[in-house]
Amino acid sequence: MKILRMIGRGIRDAIKSVFRNFSLSLASISCITITLIIVAISIILSYNVTNFTKEIEKDLTIVVFVNNDATEEDIQNINLELKKIENIVQKETIYKSKADVKKEMQKESEIFNSVMEEWNNESNPLKDTFQIKVKNVEKIKDTAKKIEKIDKISVVRYGEGMVDKLISAFSSIQKVTYGAVIALILVTIFLIINTIKLTIYSRKREISIMRLVGASNFTIKIPFIIEGIILGLLGSIVPVLIVIFGYPYLYRVMNGYVFTPLVTLITPTPFIYTIVAITIIIGIIVGMIGSSSAVRKYLKV
Amino acid sequence: MDIIRLKNVKKQYKNGTTALYDLNLNIEKGSFVFIIGGSGSGKSTLMKLLYREEKPTSGQIIVGGINVAKLRNSKVYKLRRKLGIVFQDYRLLPKLTVYENVAFAMEVIGAKKQEIRSKVLKSLEIVGLKSKIHNYPNQLSGGEQQRVAIARAIVNNPKMLICDEPTGNLDPEMSMEVMKIIERINEEWGTTVLVVTHDKEIVNKLKKQVVTLKDGRLVNNKAKGTYDNENT
Repeated sequence: MKILRMIGRGIRDAIKSVFRNFSLSLASISCITITLIIVAISIILSYNVTNFTKEIEKDLTIVVFVNNDATEEDIQNINLELKKIENIVQKETIYKSKADVKKEMQKESEIFNSVMEEWNNESNPLKDTFQIKVKNVEKIKDTAKKIEKIDKISVVRYGEGMVDKLISAFSSIQKVTYGAVIALILVTIFLIINTIKLTIYSRKREISIMRLVGASNFTIKIPFIIEGIILGLLGSIVPVLIVIFGYPYLYRVMNGYVFTPLVTLITPTPFIYTIVAITIIIGIIVGMIGSSSAVRKYLKV
Repeated sequence: MDIIRLKNVKKQYKNGTTALYDLNLNIEKGSFVFIIGGSGSGKSTLMKLLYREEKPTSGQIIVGGINVAKLRNSKVYKLRRKLGIVFQDYRLLPKLTVYENVAFAMEVIGAKKQEIRSKVLKSLEIVGLKSKIHNYPNQLSGGEQQRVAIARAIVNNPKMLICDEPTGNLDPEMSMEVMKIIERINEEWGTTVLVVTHDKEIVNKLKKQVVTLKDGRLVNNKAKGTYDNENT
């Protein structure tokens, strides 16, 4: 009961203090706002990069062409050999005979359809194929080399260079964004500590009187911590609005992808709500840490 | 029974000046004591040691059963709740009304609203300011502000009232008025009262126990003392 009463008074005092020291509060709030905007953008970027990488990895396939002179037995043999390779996702290995490939290509375009119409099983220049997915994309080169050693196989293709580069580029973009987010959060905490120190400095007298009349350190801290939370919440309003309205707008304007349909954006809902929640939580935590570490100095009188 | 017990207390500040040398002093519960001495005699340091704004360099200080010399910073509030402290500069919060200033001392220790209301009004009545509860400190005279500070100091029924130059900023007439209130609190509630002062007139008029300090040493402790010129 006593604790609840103290917290109730803490909330009242915190709200009063936010409005009484409005210009200083505004400084803290705008400081939190700016950083949270950047943090939210970085988080959106980082999530999207993870998303494209996953999407591209999902689409990445090794195509194994079987030589034309291969018999049924050879094909069985190839299949067995493939099962021995660790990095292959066995469930997703698809065998397509040249007739299947032909049918697929005919469906894709009118021109192919008319040309391929004339091919029979003998004259079909296409080859039987295995389509293979790998578990770990970074080891795709080794896996391809292992597959090449199997008999009766002509070409192994996995879109080599381009894919490798894309994936390594994405992973470095991601590392940079993570680094930027962490650095920004630290800088914000530091700025908040300093801004709240100013608010607290103007209330040094009040804190020393509280100590003199017998308030415990915990009681003195409550209103300041709540004030930090309120500043964090107020500071997250604009970033939250930007995320809620900005991201879906961007998504619509860009038709859901960046430059090529290969690089897709994450669909706005429920993604934006996750980002909003993260932004608000960061705002609150930053405000709390800032205010409670700023007040500590004044509790030694 | 003694409410304050000081044994071989020495206080040396970090800059090297020694404010108190080997001080021994016991003060009985319910007594009214003036602590007098010239500037630099160590009387303010003694007060600060009692409410643990400063820690002694060596020696033992017991106030109301609490070992003040060994009290940790985070536990200081336990001592302060047993004390009422009044300063020369009042130390009121300018943005709060008279009522709020007094209520503040009860709110921070988590008292209930009804209890706060009745006790605040009662202590403001004792100091004679019940009619000014909605005024702000800057609308009051110095004497009135000091009376608000006294009301705040006694609102939690402390065992002891410590006053550091309570009349230092007041004219003689107001000083007497404030001292009468402090005397009444001592007589009616049995609160132990310690007053640091260099106001000759009030010491001589009230005829209470007088402890005289000089250059950091206790030179005199009389039951019904006066402020003599040779003391200073």
